[in-house]
Amino acid sequence: MKLESGIPDGPIQHKWDKHRFEMKLVNPANKRRFRVLVVGSGLAGGSAAASLAELGYEVLCFCFQDSPRRAHSIAAQGGINAAKNYQNDGDSVQRLFYDTVKGGDFRSREAGVYRLAQVSAAIIDQCVAQGVPFAREYGGQLANRSFGGAQVSRTFYARGQTGQQLLLGCYAALSRQIGLGAVKMFPRTELLDVVIVDGKARGIVTRNLVSGAIESFAGDAVVLATGGYSNVFYLSTNAKGCNVTATWRAHKRGAGFANPCYTQIHPTCIPQSGEHQSKLTLMSESLRNDGRVWVPKAQGDTRNPAAIPDAERDYYLERKYPSFGNLAPRDIASRSAKEACDGGRGIGPGGRGVYLDFRDAIQRLGRPVIGQRYGNLFEMYQRITDEDPYEVPMRIYPAPHYTMGGLWVDYNLMSTVPGLHVIGEANFSDHGANRLGASALMQGLADGYFVLPYTIGHYFATSRPAPVTTDHAEFKRVRSEVEERIRRMLSARGKRTPDSFHRELGRLMWNHCGMARSAASLREVLERVPALREEFWRDVRVVGGQTEMNTALEQAGRVADFLEFAELMARDALVRDESCGGHFREEHQTPDGEARRDDERFCHATVWEHTGEGSAPREHREPLVFENVHLATRSYK
Amino acid sequence: MKLTLRIWRQKGPGEAGRMESHELPDVSPDMSFLEMLDILNERLQDQGKEPVAFDHDCREGICGMCSLVIDGVAHGPMRATTTCQLHMRSFADGATIDVEPFRASAFPVVKDLCVDRGAFDRIQAAGGFVSVNTGGAPDANAIPVGKLEADLAMDAAACIGCGACVAACPNASAMLFVGAKVSHLAHLPQGQPERQQRALAMVEAMDAEDFGNCRNIYECEAVCPKEIRRRVIAELNRDYIKSALREA
Repeated sequence: MKLESGIPDGPIQHKWDKHRFEMKLVNPANKRRFRVLVVGSGLAGGSAAASLAELGYEVLCFCFQDSPRRAHSIAAQGGINAAKNYQNDGDSVQRLFYDTVKGGDFRSREAGVYRLAQVSAAIIDQCVAQGVPFAREYGGQLANRSFGGAQVSRTFYARGQTGQQLLLGCYAALSRQIGLGAVKMFPRTELLDVVIVDGKARGIVTRNLVSGAIESFAGDAVVLATGGYSNVFYLSTNAKGCNVTATWRAHKRGAGFANPCYTQIHPTCIPQSGEHQSKLTLMSESLRNDGRVWVPKAQGDTRNPAAIPDAERDYYLERKYPSFGNLAPRDIASRSAKEACDGGRGIGPGGRGVYLDFRDAIQRLGRPVIGQRYGNLFEMYQRITDEDPYEVPMRIYPAPHYTMGGLWVDYNLMSTVPGLHVIGEANFSDHGANRLGASALMQGLADGYFVLPYTIGHYFATSRPAPVTTDHAEFKRVRSEVEERIRRMLSARGKRTPDSFHRELGRLMWNHCGMARSAASLREVLERVPALREEFWRDVRVVGGQTEMNTALEQAGRVADFLEFAELMARDALVRDESCGGHFREEHQTPDGEARRDDERFCHATVWEHTGEGSAPREHREPLVFENVHLATRSYK
Repeated sequence: MKLTLRIWRQKGPGEAGRMESHELPDVSPDMSFLEMLDILNERLQDQGKEPVAFDHDCREGICGMCSLVIDGVAHGPMRATTTCQLHMRSFADGATIDVEPFRASAFPVVKDLCVDRGAFDRIQAAGGFVSVNTGGAPDANAIPVGKLEADLAMDAAACIGCGACVAACPNASAMLFVGAKVSHLAHLPQGQPERQQRALAMVEAMDAEDFGNCRNIYECEAVCPKEIRRRVIAELNRDYIKSALREA
C-alpha cells in the first residue's frame, strides 16, 4: 500500500487554485458516459450526488433509510462555520485554517484544512441560493454566533436545527436531479460490499431492505459518504442505523483505514437512565455559557442537590481551569466529568452524571432571560428526564458523538483503492485528533459541493476505466461471499440477539477504549473482542429469512462488522502511544492531568492495511508536515 | 409499569394484517416508546419469533423516520412530539395500548408498522426546490431577507416529512406537507422565480399519488410534531389558484 497524498507544491494559499488548473477535465458531452455510485445521502453524499448529476455524470445514489432526507446530518444542532468575516471581527481563511489545525491538536493535514477554509464561504452562498433559511438580523443580513475553539463569530445557524436545514437544502438539490432523471435513487438499500476489478473500485453489492434481494451495481467510480462509527460504543448520539459496514468492507477490499482511534466524546449529553437505553441525546454545549458544572465534594453523597450547600460542592472545571472555567474545550470537560465519577462522586442513577446547574444564572438574570436563551433545550431535557431544569440542576454526562478517523484519502479524496472516493465523516481528513464545533457540516458540504466534483473528473480523465458489467467474475465472487455471510448468520441459530452482542461490545469499548485509554485496557479489548466475535458467529440468533424485510438481519450484519472494526480501533489506540485531542492515554499526561502529545514520535497519520482474515493488519504512516502553523501545546488554564 | 400492547402485524405489502397482543410486565416510565418496543423485540427474538418491524433512526425527533399511530393518534398522546420522544410515563400503569402503522392508501404498508412514504419524495422531486446548480451563487448577504419573513420561512421549513399529517387526516390529504415546502420557499426571495410553477407542479404530483383532498378539519395541525401551522395550506391554495388562473 502506497500513501501518496498528492498535495500540490507551492504556497498553501495557491495549492488548490493551482491544482484545479492542473487537473484534467472531462468534456461535457462525455460526462454522461461515466457512472458514479454514491453511497449515503447526508450532507456529503447528497451534495456530491446532486452536484455530479448537475455536471452531467450518471449518478446512482443509495441510502438505508426510507428517504435520502433522513440521513443523520439532519441531527446537527449548532451551526456551520465559514470564513465570511461578516462580523468584521478579524476572521479570514487563514484564521479558520489556524483554528482548525490547532483545534485538531496538530494531527491533520495542513493543505486539506486550508482548502476547507477556502471553500467555506462558497458553501454559505450556495446554501442561501437554495433557500436555506439561516437566522437573520433585522436588517436582513445573516446572523452569526460564537462557537468553541474560536475567538471570532463565524458560525451560521438556523435555530437549533442547522443540520436539518442544510440537509433539506441538499436534499432539494438532489430531488431536483432525481426528478430530472439524472440521479437514480435507491432508498432502503444497504451496501454490503465493494467490488474491485483490476485494482479499481468498480461496483457495490447491496441488499434491498424491503425485498431482501442481493443486487450488484457496476460503475466507473464509487463514492462512500457513509458517516462515522460512533455506534461501536453502542450508546452514542448517532442515529440507530449509523454503522461502519461500508467503510469496513472497503477496508477489507484494500482501502487504508486512518486513525480509527480518534473519537470525539461530547461533554453535555443526557445520562443513561437504565439498561433499556438505546441512544444518548446531546444537549447543546451553549448551555455551558450560563450553567455551572459541579459534583458533591464527598463520595456517595446522594442528598437532593438543593440540600448540598456551596461549601460542599466541587465546581471542578472552575477550580481546575480558572481562565476558561465551565467553557473548557470538549475533550477536557469530558475527561474531568469522568474523573469525578470514577472518584465515586458522580450523581444520578449508577453515579454516571454530573450537575449542570442554572441556579446562579437564574438568580442573576431572572427566569425569563434564561428561558429565552435555553427554553427549547430545557423543554427537551424535561421531556426526556421528567425533571425541570429551572428547579433542579440538569444531569449530564459525556457521550460518543463524532469520529475523526476514517478511510485514508489523498488530496483528491480518493482512498488507496483507485476510483474509491470517500467524503464527509467517513474519511479521515481535516479534523485531526479533535473536531471543533460547527465544522462537521462545513466539511461534509465542502467535500460534496466543491472538492469531489472537480477531483473525480480528473480521475476519469486520467484513468479511463474500461467498460465492466455485473456479469464480471469478480462481481459474482463478491456477491456469493455476501450471500454466504448472510447464510452463516441465519444458520447459527444460537441463543443471543444481535443487539445483546452490540451492547456487550459497546460497554467493553466505552470502558476500555473510550474517554481514557491505557495499554492495559487496550490489551484487554484486543483479547476480549475476538472471543466475543467468535461467540457471535456461534451463538447469534437471527430470526426470519433473507428474502424479506428483516430488521434483525440488518442489525446482525452491522454488529458483525463492528466486532471486527473494534479490534482495529483498539490496536490503533495502543500503537498511538501519546495523548492528543480526543485520544487520551493515561500513561501520557502532565502532572496535573492534561494530555501530553509526543510530536517526536507521533506527528503522523497511522494508516492500516488489511492483510487477510486472522492476520495482523500492517501499519503505514503518513508524516504530517507543519509549515504554516507552529506546533504548540494547547493550554486552557 | 405493566402494559398490554396490541400491535399491528402484517407480513408484507398487500397481505392481510391483524392485531397481536403482548404483555410487558416490567416497563420503566423512563423508557421512550421505541425503547419499550426494543424490549418487546428482544423478548420476541428470545422466543424465536420475528421482531416487530418499525421505522426509526435518529431517536431525537428530527429525522422524521419514526411513525406509528398510538391509541388512534399519530405519534401518540403528547402534543408536538414524535414517537421517539414520547416516554412511557405518558401512559397509565396497566394500560392497553394500540399500536398501528400510519394508514393511508398513499402510504402502503411495507411490513408490520413500516409504511412506504416514497410519495413525499416524488412530490418533492416535482418542484420542492430552487433550481440553482452548485457554484456561481452570489454572495450570501447580497439579497437581504427581513427577519420576520426569514422566521416564517423557517417555521414552515421545520417540517420533518414524517407523514403524521396524512395519517391523521380523515381524507389522507398531504396538504400540510406540501404547503410547508411551498410556504418555506414562497417567503424567501430565492423562491420567487419558480413560485407559481412550484405550486402547480407539487399539487399535480400530489394529485397523482393516492392522497385525498383537504376539507379543513386540521387534524394535521393537531398532530404535527413540529407544529406546522394551517396557514401553510392557505398559502398553498393561494399560490395554486393564482398560478392556475395565470395558466388558463
